[in-house]
Amino acid sequence: MITKEEVEHVGWLARIEIHENEAQDYAEKLSAVLEYFSQLDEVNTENVEPTYHVADIVNVFRDDVIRLSLPQEEVLSNTDKKQEGNFLAPRIM
Amino acid sequence: MMVYDNPDGVKIGLEIHVQLNKLNTKLFCACSTDYHNSEPNTHVCPVCLGLPGSLPVLNRRAVEFAMKVGLALNCEIVEQTQFHRKNYYYPDLPKGFQITQYDFPIASNGKVVIDGEDGEHIIRIKRAHMEEDPGKLMHIGSIEKSKGTLINYNRSGMALIEIVTEPDMRSPKEARRFLDKLRSIMEYLDVFDGDLEGAMRVDANISVMGGERVEVKNISSHKGVEKAALYEIMRQKNFVRRGGKVVLETRHFDELRGVTLSMRSKEEEHDYRYFPEPDLVPLRVADKVPEIIKTLPELPDAKRKRFKTQYGMADMHAKALTSDIKVANFYEEVAQLVDPKAAAVWVADILKGELNYRDISVDAFKVEDMAEIIRFVSSGNITERSGVEIIRTILDKGGDPASIVKEKGLVKVEENIVTKAVDETLEENPEALQDYLRGKEKSLNFLVGQVMKKTAGRSDAKTAREMLLDKIKKLSPK
Ligand SMILES: [Zn+2]
Repeated sequence: MITKEEVEHVGWLARIEIHENEAQDYAEKLSAVLEYFSQLDEVNTENVEPTYHVADIVNVFRDDVIRLSLPQEEVLSNTDKKQEGNFLAPRIM
Repeated sequence: MMVYDNPDGVKIGLEIHVQLNKLNTKLFCACSTDYHNSEPNTHVCPVCLGLPGSLPVLNRRAVEFAMKVGLALNCEIVEQTQFHRKNYYYPDLPKGFQITQYDFPIASNGKVVIDGEDGEHIIRIKRAHMEEDPGKLMHIGSIEKSKGTLINYNRSGMALIEIVTEPDMRSPKEARRFLDKLRSIMEYLDVFDGDLEGAMRVDANISVMGGERVEVKNISSHKGVEKAALYEIMRQKNFVRRGGKVVLETRHFDELRGVTLSMRSKEEEHDYRYFPEPDLVPLRVADKVPEIIKTLPELPDAKRKRFKTQYGMADMHAKALTSDIKVANFYEEVAQLVDPKAAAVWVADILKGELNYRDISVDAFKVEDMAEIIRFVSSGNITERSGVEIIRTILDKGGDPASIVKEKGLVKVEENIVTKAVDETLEENPEALQDYLRGKEKSLNFLVGQVMKKTAGRSDAKTAREMLLDKIKKLSPK
């Protein structure tokens, strides 16, 4: 069972604002989702290797060869706030 | 043998982020790593900017570099590993997560031998894992009054290897020695250039007298680590003496003031919500180990040993000559041209000191010039002191040994001039001579000084001394 406090904490970690009156509702709905998935716990996985990737391949590499980066104007084109070629963020402590 | 008993129970463990900056490109994208003298945000692409839909592809050479590092630190290489996402929000991390290795670091269980407080001391390496570097933040104005933060993503996505030691260092000096050794190994492997800004960043876990550990974050230099640890040990000792109990906390090192300051508590480990990075497939490279081992160069410890046996030099010289791969190579080239023992003394004791004093690399000096200076001195053409003067002149103003000798008139003065100076000195200083004859050794030094003064420093102390003693013997035969 997920608590209201857990919902608020996860919301904070994800920087999503969750209103007091929504938290309880989310807690119930998320609990239902988790409960549904918990059916998987019944499967015996004793001798099964964990799957890290759905495609059954390993070692995909690229060579260490330089390719052109983006021009600075394009890099900054998605932001309103910039200064001397940098992104400008609010003061961070 | 001397044993260090560590009276304050100091334990220091280090976490070192080393940039694999000898790669051409970043860890997961083809942006160039050569950004240090560039405009902000000019070495970035959709991948290292974390734009939606972009996909990381692993740099093969970065994996080879990481394996080299692991093997050079005497680690085991993992059978199979998988990158994970470490989730947190901070503006230097454009994706909202950092791609890193979590439960299966590429290398683990290694060790490095350092010159410790009481001789050879083993520092155990817990793990070394690969991850991407975040971007760089710059505060406008001071931290307290900052109006905003500038973000430059050129560094974002650079390949890092994070090396975690066990808390095996027993003093700030040992912590510094370990970092010196680590840098030396990295440069021998040719995976890392320590002169570049931000190439090596260190967090130190420090505890005293069985107290809990305090983590000091983001120290940017070797001297900084020693200073931060000295301060932190003193602070913890004073705190305990006043009845306090050191608790787990994270502190920040203020390099300018040389103090550590408390930071707000960091997010709990489980808050990072690590999970396997679905955009990258697993890595299985253990079978490449024999191949990588073949590419490992002779490392500092082995070179130090070889220098002692091959060139017959003292351990002190072998150590000084092998800590920096460039100096080691320079020495070996000089040793091909002149007497290797003389070369060891000149490069280790004199040239290295002059270079350190000026904070410049040995690249600034020519092998041929060093060999020529040694030839001049050993053939008796110039004094040792003149040899040092030539080195200084080349470093400060340029030029070559032969023309500096000419310009400065450094050729040793003829013996008869020294003979004349000896005669004059003894005539002018009868008291000093008497004092010496009565057994006052110091008076001889005074007389030697006088002779050298008369020849304007162009005779060396050894010759002046010998000739003085000869003359004195003739004057008062016993
Ligand atoms: Zn990129």
